[in-house]
Amino acid sequence: MAEIQIRNVAKCFGSYQALHDINLTIADQEFMVLLGASGCGKSTLLRIIAGLETQTTGEVWIGGRRIDHLPPKDRGIAMVFQNYAVFPHLTVFENIGFGLRMQKMRNDEVTRRVTRTAELMHIEQLLTRYSGELSGGQRQRVAVARALAMEPDVILMDEPLSNLDALLRLEMRAELKGVLAESNTTAIYVTHDQVEAMSLADRISVMHQGRIVQAASPVEVYRDPAERFVAGFIGNPPMNFLPARNTGAGRWAVANQVFDGPDVPATALEFAIRPEDVRPADEGLEARVRLVEPLGAHLLLTCDVGGAMFRAILDSDMTVRAGDELKLAAMPDRIRWFDPDTSLSIA
Amino acid sequence: MNARLLPYVLILPVTLFLCLFFLYPFVLVAAQAFGGADGLSLDNFRDVVSYWKFPISLKNTMLLAALVVPVQLALALLMATMVNRMKKGRDLVLYIWTIPLGISDLAAGIIWLAIFEQSGFLNSMMTGLGLADGPVNFLSYQNPGMVFLAIALAEIWRATAIMLVILVAGIGLIPKEYYEAAEVFGASPWQRFLRVTLPMLRPSLQTALILRVVLAFEVFAVVAALGGTVMPVLMGEIYAYQFDLQNGGAAAAMALIVLGISIVFTVIILRVLRVPKGATI
Repeated sequence: MAEIQIRNVAKCFGSYQALHDINLTIADQEFMVLLGASGCGKSTLLRIIAGLETQTTGEVWIGGRRIDHLPPKDRGIAMVFQNYAVFPHLTVFENIGFGLRMQKMRNDEVTRRVTRTAELMHIEQLLTRYSGELSGGQRQRVAVARALAMEPDVILMDEPLSNLDALLRLEMRAELKGVLAESNTTAIYVTHDQVEAMSLADRISVMHQGRIVQAASPVEVYRDPAERFVAGFIGNPPMNFLPARNTGAGRWAVANQVFDGPDVPATALEFAIRPEDVRPADEGLEARVRLVEPLGAHLLLTCDVGGAMFRAILDSDMTVRAGDELKLAAMPDRIRWFDPDTSLSIA
Repeated sequence: MNARLLPYVLILPVTLFLCLFFLYPFVLVAAQAFGGADGLSLDNFRDVVSYWKFPISLKNTMLLAALVVPVQLALALLMATMVNRMKKGRDLVLYIWTIPLGISDLAAGIIWLAIFEQSGFLNSMMTGLGLADGPVNFLSYQNPGMVFLAIALAEIWRATAIMLVILVAGIGLIPKEYYEAAEVFGASPWQRFLRVTLPMLRPSLQTALILRVVLAFEVFAVVAALGGTVMPVLMGEIYAYQFDLQNGGAAAAMALIVLGISIVFTVIILRVLRVPKGATI
């Protein structure tokens, strides 16, 4: 059992506060992705869990044991680094077995574990090679194998795929997910790539300016963003936002239309809808098409709705040209509302 | 200009310089060393090797190198690791530590002579503290061990920094991620030093050791200042042959012997510290 609890963790670098009061529980064997733009504090949080960085305040617990005062080796973790950190002076075999050697494990056990994890990562034919003789993808496999060989409770990964080319990244992503699912370890995975986050995660923690703004399943993060930031960060293109004016009794005026919305006393809210959740119809938001980008399966339209930029993804058999006037109907159950003052979602 | 020719043109000046001031004198020295009354001969070598002072000076030189170089290596590694961990004042400390490097070896010898001689600082201090009744002559022929130690101390003080600067540069080149990986995978600070720093420092260690070992075989001025004739070394013998005995052939033969020893040790260092085939550091 390796449930991870992060309790009230904050981190300051001098006068700069990198993390603000982080609270997060990661279930045993869960695959948690920390997602955010660079500088949001996701790597700092991972390094605090690893023990490579010390939190200013707060506690970290793994498997019911407080570990934030322990050196990395006593935390039951293993880590995969962004630049692989595969030792250039050791063979692949000795790299994978590095942690086991440090534990003074018996030779035959080291050989058994190294061979097994090498087979798992399909690098068994590379065991006598040195890192300089490997491709980036192979080095990445060595780094993952080295972590798996430790049979850790928790495996930490800091943007492990970001140095690979696009095709290899896709292949490694799928493989990583399969291997980790079988290894029964709890995984924390840091990335700035939302597609990677969506495809790998059991749960995503979206981070912004040193805070976790939402921790939920990929679908929930996508469909029900808790904050305007999440709505604008997740999805490519992100959600559309339009100003909404209160017309009383839970009715809100958005551009040329009036929608049913939350019955709150505020005078203004933000109406939000994903580009793929609108359909061309007889009744709807009046949109003037500015740009049409055919993407094969879809058409990506950039329009002007009530003076604001609005994107729509439509079926590619539509014939639309720049300058056309369209009416776009928003799917009622996909409309979300945000408070412009707090940026929070309103149910 | 022809791109294939350009590199050769660029190294031409330095090649000419080396030929004129290194290769040519070297050939002259070799000719002198192997020259005899009737053409080529090994007489000069036979003469210098069979002279009674040769084994003593060879032994002294070797012993001195065997004591000084390991101590300097350990000190330089320790100092380089310390400097590398410093966040503030790193440059200042490095400058201070390298000051002895800017002092000529004879001046360094004289500084330590001022400490150890009969009316030197050490004696004044010991008398002042009441530790000794009268001045002790540390550097006399009756105290060969003391003379040896004083010379070793002066050499360590003088030339540790040359290894230090090479090792500081080398350690600075090792990416931080390797240390973090080693730490996460359970290596203690000492294991990180043994399993990451030392192997990844091999190229710098080679350079530093070769430089220092070769210089150790050429030790002269410090020995002359502190030991005089009490402790003969190879370089001192070369000087004596050349200027006191006016025997250029013997001096040349000795110089070639020192060169030979240097080459042997350089090859040994290169072999022992070689990077395994395929490994890139």
